[in-house]
Amino acid sequence: MTNETIKQQLSEHFPATTEWEEPYGMLTFSVPAGDNLEVLQYLYNNESMQFQFLTDLTGIHYPDRTGEELCVVYHLHNLVENVRIRMKCYVSVANPDIHSATSVFSGANWMERETYDFFGINFQGHPDLRRILNVDEMDYFPMRKEYPMEDPTRMDKDDEMFGR
Amino acid sequence: MTEHHIKLAEESLEKQTTTINVGPTHPATHGVFQNIMEIDGERVISTEPTIGYIHRAFEKIAERRPYYQITPLTDRLNYCSAPINNIGWHLTIEKLVGMEIPKRVQYLRVIIMELARIADHIVCNSVIAVDTGALTPFTYVFQWREKIYEIYEEICGSRLTTNIGRIGGFERNFTEAAWQKLHDFVEGFPGMLKEFEALLDRNRIFMDRCIGAGPISAERALNYSFTGPNLRAAGVDYDVRVHSPYSSYEDFEFDIPVGTTGDVYDRYLVRNKEMWESLKIINQAIEKIKGLDPNVYHADAPDFYLPEKAAVYTKMEALIYHFKIVMGETDLPVGEVYQSVEGANGELGYYLISDGGRSPYRLHFRRPCFIYYQAFPEIISGGLLSDGIVTLSSLNVIAGELDA
Repeated sequence: MTNETIKQQLSEHFPATTEWEEPYGMLTFSVPAGDNLEVLQYLYNNESMQFQFLTDLTGIHYPDRTGEELCVVYHLHNLVENVRIRMKCYVSVANPDIHSATSVFSGANWMERETYDFFGINFQGHPDLRRILNVDEMDYFPMRKEYPMEDPTRMDKDDEMFGR
Repeated sequence: MTEHHIKLAEESLEKQTTTINVGPTHPATHGVFQNIMEIDGERVISTEPTIGYIHRAFEKIAERRPYYQITPLTDRLNYCSAPINNIGWHLTIEKLVGMEIPKRVQYLRVIIMELARIADHIVCNSVIAVDTGALTPFTYVFQWREKIYEIYEEICGSRLTTNIGRIGGFERNFTEAAWQKLHDFVEGFPGMLKEFEALLDRNRIFMDRCIGAGPISAERALNYSFTGPNLRAAGVDYDVRVHSPYSSYEDFEFDIPVGTTGDVYDRYLVRNKEMWESLKIINQAIEKIKGLDPNVYHADAPDFYLPEKAAVYTKMEALIYHFKIVMGETDLPVGEVYQSVEGANGELGYYLISDGGRSPYRLHFRRPCFIYYQAFPEIISGGLLSDGIVTLSSLNVIAGELDA
């Protein structure tokens, strides 16, 4: 199994997959948010795919990508052939709904709760989508880029101070 | 008379089960997390774990920090084996910039990482013994964890949260004293480990408490994304050191111990056997290093490797590079990289997105503890409460890693 064969087979079954890349050797692609569960199930069940290990699931916020600000990243691993792939799904910040992967991977449960907790991505079909690391009363999603780490009025760490 | 003088919660008299609180600060949890358990006599019916008590927002902090300042954050994930986290982070950056690391540095790192693995497994296994009522083995092996910490001290100056090494290698070469302590350790520790095993491996009480407690099948463990000793105890021989070798692990010969039933006893045995394998690796690394140039302890990458402090004060070139690194003048490649290492608890992954700036655009830690601890309610339900406590310590849940 090589990146090339995965790419070929997957793009035949799911023509909507885009953004094929291979950063540092790991095959990366993105699928439309609505198809995420279908693709995960296909990757899990198909004889020649067998991506049955969910290594990681997390979110990224790109405020500049209008209409698809939030990204959900899945790292999948085929343990038999020892191949890793990375799958991305983009959703908008206004309507951050995506299917939950908990029906395929039990381990996705807390990873999705964490992603919800920090990015506000709404995993539909999740059995118990609550905050996990932050307090329940919190009413914002702190890993989004609009919440700066430090006092935004502080000038001494701005790039222009360093001639950048 | 049906009237009660003490006000009881509604239906509490009719209720057949009891709700108890284990944690957040409970001696049996060995860390700050809470379990609300529903028990029927001694049987656990359900568990509701609550975590996040020591969440420190490392992923957010990292977005504002230059790369070399993120190493101390990784210390505080799994603080029982901090050097593995540190070196995993250095490897991530080195992969991002495509840095060539000399063999000697890679082998030195292997020695440190395997020492850290031993230190971590010592804690976990001896604490299983403590939770089953045997305090003595704990006091014996902890002397040897102390000796490992003394080796760290010789190398980097600190003990628990080590901040060991730098991007590109180590801040200084191993001293004579460090090598001496390392030799003392590899000579003395096998004797202690044998004694430790003799105390517990076939101990009737220990076996009765551990065999069959908190089991998980290989299939469920994989579905729960288990990694590390907990997965291997269930019978899956997945080890990052073998499957995606880093830091020249492919040069070493060692076995991956696996269990069969995935219960507490198997997890204990797997960790013990791994300590023997780690010793094997350390011995091989010491041998391999002998043939290499003893003065090499970092890569030749002045753009990213922070120069020695003494050189910064005396050499113009070192001062310039120091300034460039600290002020973030060096350009980093734009890209995304996933680098994983075999932490003491499992696959510790760093998912880094760089936009070319001086700090990460996004950094995510794949924390093995966080991922496998969610299986805890499933593993212990139906078992005895005391089995639940032993299971908790055998899973080796480290609160720092759980909460990031």
